[in-house]
Amino acid sequence: MTEPGKAAPAAPGRAMPLADPRFRSIFFQTVLIVTVLAAGYVAVINADANLRAQRIATGLGFLDHPAGFGINQTLIAYSEADSYGRVFVVGLLNTLLVSVIGIVLATIVGFVVGIARLSSNWLIARAAGAYVEVMRNLPLLFQILFWYLAVLGTLPSPRQSLSIADSIFISNRGIIVPSFAFGDGAEIVLAALMLGIGATAALGMLSRHRRRATGRPLTLWWAAVLLLVGLPLAVLAATDFPIGIERPVLRGFNFVGGVRMLPEFAALLIALVTYTGAFIAEIVRAGILSVHRSQTEAAYALGLTRGLALRLIVVPQALRLIVPPLTSQYLNLTKNSSLAVAIGYPDLFAVFAGTTLNQTGQAIEIIAITMAIYLLLSLTTSALMNWYNARMRLAER
Amino acid sequence: MKRVTLVVALAAMSTFVAGSVTAQTLKTVRDRGALTCGVSQGLPGFSTPDDRGNWTGFDVDFCRAIAAAIFNDPAKVKFSPLSAKDRFTALQTSEIDVLSRNSTWTMLRDTQLGLNFAAVNYYDGQGFMVRKSLKVNSALELNGASICTQTGTTTELNVADYFRANKMKYEVIAFSTADETLKAYDAARCDAFTTDVSQLYAMRLKLAKPDEQMILPEIISKEPLGPVVRQGDDQWFDVVKWTFFAMINAEELGVTSKTVDEALKSTKPDVRRLAGTEGNFGEQIGLTKDWAMRIIRHVGNYGESFERNIGSGSKLNIDRGLNKLWSKGGIQYAPPIR
Repeated sequence: MTEPGKAAPAAPGRAMPLADPRFRSIFFQTVLIVTVLAAGYVAVINADANLRAQRIATGLGFLDHPAGFGINQTLIAYSEADSYGRVFVVGLLNTLLVSVIGIVLATIVGFVVGIARLSSNWLIARAAGAYVEVMRNLPLLFQILFWYLAVLGTLPSPRQSLSIADSIFISNRGIIVPSFAFGDGAEIVLAALMLGIGATAALGMLSRHRRRATGRPLTLWWAAVLLLVGLPLAVLAATDFPIGIERPVLRGFNFVGGVRMLPEFAALLIALVTYTGAFIAEIVRAGILSVHRSQTEAAYALGLTRGLALRLIVVPQALRLIVPPLTSQYLNLTKNSSLAVAIGYPDLFAVFAGTTLNQTGQAIEIIAITMAIYLLLSLTTSALMNWYNARMRLAER
Repeated sequence: MKRVTLVVALAAMSTFVAGSVTAQTLKTVRDRGALTCGVSQGLPGFSTPDDRGNWTGFDVDFCRAIAAAIFNDPAKVKFSPLSAKDRFTALQTSEIDVLSRNSTWTMLRDTQLGLNFAAVNYYDGQGFMVRKSLKVNSALELNGASICTQTGTTTELNVADYFRANKMKYEVIAFSTADETLKAYDAARCDAFTTDVSQLYAMRLKLAKPDEQMILPEIISKEPLGPVVRQGDDQWFDVVKWTFFAMINAEELGVTSKTVDEALKSTKPDVRRLAGTEGNFGEQIGLTKDWAMRIIRHVGNYGESFERNIGSGSKLNIDRGLNKLWSKGGIQYAPPIR
């Protein structure tokens, strides 16, 4: 690879190709890529041949085979006759459910505790400090088992369950609340509710616009109440109440009707939220402390209250430091949700990388799929957080 | 973590090592000087360690019988406690030589996992355990119940079949180890605990109040339990299979650990073939002539092992039922040594 006009003066035209830095870097990168690809190819071919030789079934055909086992929490319809592919989706949704709710709650806990730790009130600051130290220094698995066996496990049996107004029941089978029963015409009511939400959002935008233009926002709360509550209720009455409330009733061993939160889900969620919340609290505290004190003083000088100064001046600047480590905590929470396997919560790891793997014996395929999915979840979370971080970046003028 | 290690080991082995299937298990065991045997993580009567780490039980006896046949020393066994989920992977990756861990023989396991079931050493069936206070007398009254089970087992599938066939609703909570399952049942998270009946008897002893539990009469499945080896090593397959058959034949011929010396002097042709004083059957499978007598002397015949560990001589007190010899009304039967 000779380059016209760039020939070295010392040995014109006779330089070793590897002496050229550009050629060298391309050459070594090509060698590396070819080596990696070849190793991957050999690994796949060899694995296939060896599994065949050992007569261990291979391929993804098993995803269509009927699973034959039951799962006690499914967000989509599932029965024993459904396929392993469906089991995969059920498990993935259960993982997403606990992760998403967990991330939201852990963020709230983390911000509250992190700010509380900086409080000038001695008691609040020390209580928040104690919380952080206890939670982040106990192993997560231990905390999950603690909540599951020592707290939720001691609740009474369904027949003696604690009840609130005969419609919410708390027992060692979980928390059961009334659910909605949808009849004919329910969609009209739902449409009215959506309309109310849409109209409220539009009013909110109008109000913000007005504030920018004139400095005074619209008074909105009565319109919001009317649109969000009044409108759906009026439609509900007009359509002769197609949406009813179904109360749980104790029949035989368990409750029938209503919506139930499994104790496994509750224990896992509480443990993930309190544990990750402690780490987030420290991140938040560090972020806030990184904003120079003069910023707060300037805010006070402008007449902002402590709350407003925190919300408008300190937190937006702190967020730039908070978001990257916060992303790591979100990823940790999602991955830690696989500890569900210890208490029988049917997440992806338990039903797919556990039960399905064992019933089919196809370890390599299933572990590869599961790894790919956790990777995909993590990368998606990272991408979202990076996008948010880019938006929060210091706008330099 | 152990399971991840195993899976990675399986992946690595099958990925980078060509032709890892060896037909050399017996030689490997001899060279190592000990048998590695996969057992449960603690199931009274079948395989449990005592406070000094000595393993005992019905499944443990079988491991010791193989060691006795090879080394004339039942102590030359290394036990590897495995969960239901890990057991087959451990065998596939050659971490163990034989799996003796109340594993049900099914077509899928026999044909798709690269494994072979050598024999059925316990004919079992799946049942339910409930608290007496529930006042349930039949599994058919369990409609709507919450049921605890161990994941990675045939029981998880059978319970689904049973409730579906009888058009009953149920909730299943599946745990990864037997102890976690039992803990949840003890905490009344579920109304019933389901697994093979033999295990129900064993698990009941681990509960806080064994007397307040009852095992329902229904048997909802066939669970032929037996030792498992890797496919592709016929000699080792024969050693394991015939170790078991020797124990059955010994019981049938009335040879016990106490009557070994008389058996060696016996004039009956079938006893002489078992004792190795006639023919050289042991040498044909790579062992010694007195292979069967080594097993019987150190471990005992099938009936002795059964009664001592899980039958009338034990706390479990399980009736032999189907596991009686064929000549006594059961279905335990072994091909003759000849």
